[in-house]
Amino acid sequence: MFDQTNALPPLPGVGYKPQHFSDILENPAPVGWLEVHAENYMGDGGRPLAQLRALSERFPISVHGVGLSIGGEDRLDPDHLARLKHLVSWLNPASFSEHLAWSTHDSHFLNDLLPLPYTKETLTRVADHIDQLQNAIGRPMLLENPSSYLAFEQSTMSETDFLRDVARLSGCGLLLDVNNVFVSATNLGYSPQGYIEDYPLDLVGEIHLGGHDEDHDDHGAPLLIDSHGREVADPVWALLDLTLEKSGPKPLLIEWDTDVPDWPVLAAEAGRAASALAQVSA
Amino acid sequence: MTTQTDFRTALLDASYPVPAGLVDGRGQAAGRRYDVYRNNVAVSLQDALETAFPAIASLLGPDNFAMAAGLYLRQHQPGSPLMMHYGASFPAFLTTLEPLKSIGYLADVAHLEVAVRQSYHAADAPVFDPARLQGLDEDALMSAHLILAPSARLLRSPWPVLSVYSFTMVPGSPKPSAIAEDVLIARAEYDPTQHLLPQGGADFIAALQQNQPFGAALNAAGDSFDLGPTLSVLLQSGALTDIVLT
Repeated sequence: MFDQTNALPPLPGVGYKPQHFSDILENPAPVGWLEVHAENYMGDGGRPLAQLRALSERFPISVHGVGLSIGGEDRLDPDHLARLKHLVSWLNPASFSEHLAWSTHDSHFLNDLLPLPYTKETLTRVADHIDQLQNAIGRPMLLENPSSYLAFEQSTMSETDFLRDVARLSGCGLLLDVNNVFVSATNLGYSPQGYIEDYPLDLVGEIHLGGHDEDHDDHGAPLLIDSHGREVADPVWALLDLTLEKSGPKPLLIEWDTDVPDWPVLAAEAGRAASALAQVSA
Repeated sequence: MTTQTDFRTALLDASYPVPAGLVDGRGQAAGRRYDVYRNNVAVSLQDALETAFPAIASLLGPDNFAMAAGLYLRQHQPGSPLMMHYGASFPAFLTTLEPLKSIGYLADVAHLEVAVRQSYHAADAPVFDPARLQGLDEDALMSAHLILAPSARLLRSPWPVLSVYSFTMVPGSPKPSAIAEDVLIARAEYDPTQHLLPQGGADFIAALQQNQPFGAALNAAGDSFDLGPTLSVLLQSGALTDIVLT
């Protein structure tokens, strides 16, 4: 079972962007921790690693992998496992997380989080891949739910059942992306509140929030795109409130990866996350 | 059943139909929902190339760069999730594009951008203290090995590669003249800088890269080589990290 001691604090955090380095050191409030994408810190030296070392002296760091391809049909890349092991070993972050998705096939990395069907077969493979990763880095990881634009006919399980079973088989914890829940539920026509009802909130070590864009499919049905390029939408904040009511306070991350704003705008989003936390902490 | 081979093949080639077995929430064919993934992959790889090759993007203009990047990313996906390395073969790829063949210097400018990025992510190393050269007698100096920092890169070009790069990237830079240019790239702290090398300088530094002693590197640079300016570039740029006396 996932142990939440020595994990991230139940405070707002932000996805770290190098242009905010000075602002974060001078005026971080209300941000209490930072998340970095693992693959951006796998060079041999230079500014990225120097900044990460400096930040890790001031803040708990969450390392968020975007390239392991845990949901891939291929075996995990042993070179990449070794890189992750090296990073986790020197940085000793408060948390490590990755995605329920695939991104590499046949040694080609596609730089996107691609979907997989939810079946007994994929369940076994994902749990086995997580087991390999956890053995490599010597600690449990958190697995994040995807944003989905389509579904697989071959799926035989719901996403929440799949995540619960993966956690049971591998001993991993979960990273609940509330925006992804809202995006997927809207895109695939189910209730986001129902998803939260079914989701094993006791396994959550971190919550993600991010902005999405609105589009539509061939039939004119809404198609939300998980763009991380704007403020978190109001219905997503409402879904967060519902989640926190059931889960209690959790580490809350604001993700803003494209059209990255100046620090005050990002800090204001983190302030909104602080308010949501204050409601359940009181 | 939808395999990841099917999924990937159609992602990169829009002439393939959307793979079977992909649906919306009501069981209807996924249609343009699948295009979200096609678009994500193409846009993210093109953005990565644009970030890595700002001078090429500027020289080609948005439409031509998008054409070149779009062709490249469909033939060359990243070999690992380390996007900092993506595009190492883009300079060579540019030379294969017929419409760009008249721009002779283009590939070398792209090589320069690859070298700058490699230098940026290279391992840290202490900057060499010039005082360590003082007091060495000539024999000791001639047999010593000057050690280049991991961030040091050498680029030799028959084109005015640095002048074109600077003219493109730094406002107010003079218009390039039609001359060959050799360039040293290195970083003293975090930001790589580019330095034009005088006659013989690239031969001297190439010999150091091959671990030849100081005296042999001087010979490689030729009789007319004036060490002073090249040594000055090596010391100022952070390209030297150590000296090993034998």
